[in-house]
This record gives sequence, structure tokens and C-alpha cells, in this order.
Amino acid sequence: MSLGLYLHRVSPVHAVPAGAKMLALLAAGTGLLLFPSLPVLSGALVATLGLYALARLRPREVAPVFRLSAFVLVPLFALHALVSGWEPALVAVLRLAVLMLLATLVSLTTRASDMLDALERALRPLARFGLNPARLGLLLSLTLRFIPLLATWLREIQEAQRVRGLDRNPVAVLVPLLVKTLRTADTLADAIDARCFDPEEPS
Amino acid sequence: MIRLHAVSHHFGERPVLEGLDLTLSERRIAVVGGNGSGKSTFARLLNGLLVPERGQVLVEGLDTRKDARAIRRKVGFVFQNPDHQIVLPTVEEDLAFGLKNLKLPPADISTRVTAVLRRYGLEDFRHHPAHLLSGGQKQLLALSSVLVMEPRYIVFDEPTTLLDLRNKRRLAQAIHELPQTAIVVSHDLELLRDFDRVLVFDAGRVVVDDVPSVALDAYVRMMA
Repeated sequence: MSLGLYLHRVSPVHAVPAGAKMLALLAAGTGLLLFPSLPVLSGALVATLGLYALARLRPREVAPVFRLSAFVLVPLFALHALVSGWEPALVAVLRLAVLMLLATLVSLTTRASDMLDALERALRPLARFGLNPARLGLLLSLTLRFIPLLATWLREIQEAQRVRGLDRNPVAVLVPLLVKTLRTADTLADAIDARCFDPEEPS
Repeated sequence: MIRLHAVSHHFGERPVLEGLDLTLSERRIAVVGGNGSGKSTFARLLNGLLVPERGQVLVEGLDTRKDARAIRRKVGFVFQNPDHQIVLPTVEEDLAFGLKNLKLPPADISTRVTAVLRRYGLEDFRHHPAHLLSGGQKQLLALSSVLVMEPRYIVFDEPTTLLDLRNKRRLAQAIHELPQTAIVVSHDLELLRDFDRVLVFDAGRVVVDDVPSVALDAYVRMMA
């Protein structure tokens, strides 16, 4: 399963530079906020699905993303429809769905390092205000790298606690997870140092 | 050549290394010792990840206290658990991480990454998420991510601990074929049999410093 992680393909969507894709995502988000009509949103949804096809992503690879989106969007639609009627609910949910799918498409078709390089370049002017783009870029890349690792650790700790009869105790899972994460962070900091990372020098 | 002059180090009140004087010039140097004997601390001193409280560590004349960045270009470090060393999400990105830090041009980065992937049979995994590799492949990736930076020395901190027999043999072969000087901290005595020199640590001191046939036997007797 891939969830928001790069999938390599030779496709026109993959070939677009990371900065351009991120700007397009920003523009699409703004556009959908400014023109929240059903025809525009329906057109945007169809176009987004078209981009998925153009990116040559296989249905089974993106199915988990769609399932997770539905997990959020279906209850949201029901709640919204109950409070303010079906049409505003459909508009809100369609807008969110298109944005989620577009953001996922960007992360599935763009290497994390390319996105971070683009982000670093964009944030460079903020260095004069004390923001360190290289450090921020590394922080974001480590976050991406650690999502699957945290999921693995969570599963391992849950299994270990289940053996001890502690499967209904969230503290028994969260405390070891936190300790493991902090210990790993120490070693990882050493590993990053050992590979000559220097946040003071732009790459 | 790496030299240690009167090196001592403490963690709080506890001494972990006491008065080490060593010159490391052989191609294959093994470091063995019981848990808490100071061998991992010793390994971290060699590329400036840790600076000794007393004494000096010199790598080709450069002092780890003053020239840590220059030394890290010369001394690579492979950690025990590759999951704690892989920094970026995909194999290719992780291999390129250190090279970008060295400010190499993109074309050179791509050439070096391709070469190291080919060397360890990881070409098919170039765009693969690193977390989906097997344990052995992850350790090879960790080694590759260090090798791609072309250091002159490589320090390994218990590299085979998490590997099965096949992957241990694969890694042993990879270490055997390295043109660089390798300093290997390990409990895996088979891996160290054909090394040039073995340092046996006990309570922060080198108690045996000899060829494997002598030093490993002494270590086994010590642990009995």
C-alpha cells in the first residue's frame, strides 16, 4: 500500500517540476474556494481523476487513498446534509474531495526530495527572519520517512502488549512508542551528522 | 591513519573509556567486547560523532574536536539498525542525501548513485520506498549510502546484529571487498576471523590487541 508516498512512473504528470505542481495545487485550492458551484466542482473532480489516469497510477495503488478519503467524507456529508441540506453538503464534500485527491496526486507523483528542494528554494527569502529552510526541509522529509516506520512500531508494540493482556490500554502502547521514537531520534541525528548535513549551508 | 592519544570519556560519573593510546593503520580492524565495555563509544569517537572529554582523536592529522566536518567526509559510519540511518523515503533519495550535502553537481550524484546501486544489486529498488526493503537490503542500503560518499575509512557499529545468516554472509562479503579501511565493532566472531587486527575492550580499556587467532580466543576465554 502507498499512502502519500512517491510511486515511480514515466508519465507527463511525473515530468512536471515539483515547484510547478505545488503552485498548481495552491491555485486549484484557491480556485475551488472562489468558485464553489456544483458544475465547477464536478468538472474539477472529473479532471482530477483524468490526471490520475494520465499519471499511470494503477487502481489498486490508489484504492487505499480513496478508501481513506471516503472514511472522512461520507460522515462529513451526512452531518453537513443534516444541518444545512444536501446541496451545500455536496459542495463542501466535493471541494474537500478534489483537494485531497489533488494533494495526494502531487505526493504520489513527486519525489519527496524534489518537493523539499522546491520548498527550500521558496522559503530562502525568509532566512533573513531567522527561518532555516534547510532545517525545515529536513524536518519535513524526516516526517515523511517516519510515517511508515511509526506505523510498523505501533503494530509491533500493540502485538507485544496484546501478549501481556494490555491490548485495551492506550497508555501501554503510547509510552513505549514515545520512548522508541525519542531514542531513534538520537541515533538518527547522529546518522544525519555522519552524512555531512549542514543546515547553515544551502544545498 | 587514525590516532588516539590518552583518550578518556565518561557518561555522568561512569567512565566508559580510560586512557586509550592507539594507532589504527591496518585495513581491517575488529573491535570486540562485552556489553558496556566502551566499544560503541570508541566507534563514535572515530568520526567525531562524539568528542572525547580528555585526549585527542586525529584522523590523518585532523583533530575531531576542531575539524569534525572534514573528518566526516573521510570517515563513514554504518549504524547497527539501518532503520535509524535511512533518512529519506526512497532508496535513490536516501543515497543522494549525503552527496547533496557534499554539494556535488546533480550529474555526479546520479552517476555515483547508479554505480553503487549496481554494485550491490539494488538497481531494481532505485525508486522503491526504503521502508519496504528486507532487513538485508536495508543494511546494504545503509552501507551504500556511506560508500557513495567515498570515505577513506568506514566504521561499522554491530552491522550484522539484525541480519539472518544469508544476509550476514552477504554483508561480510561486502566488507571483505571494500577498498577502504574498515573498523568493525561486532559480536559476530566469524565475521572477524580474517581481519588484520582485533582490539578486545573491557571496562573502557583495550585489554588485548593482537591478530584474530590470538585476540578472539582470548576474548572467548574472557567471556566464559
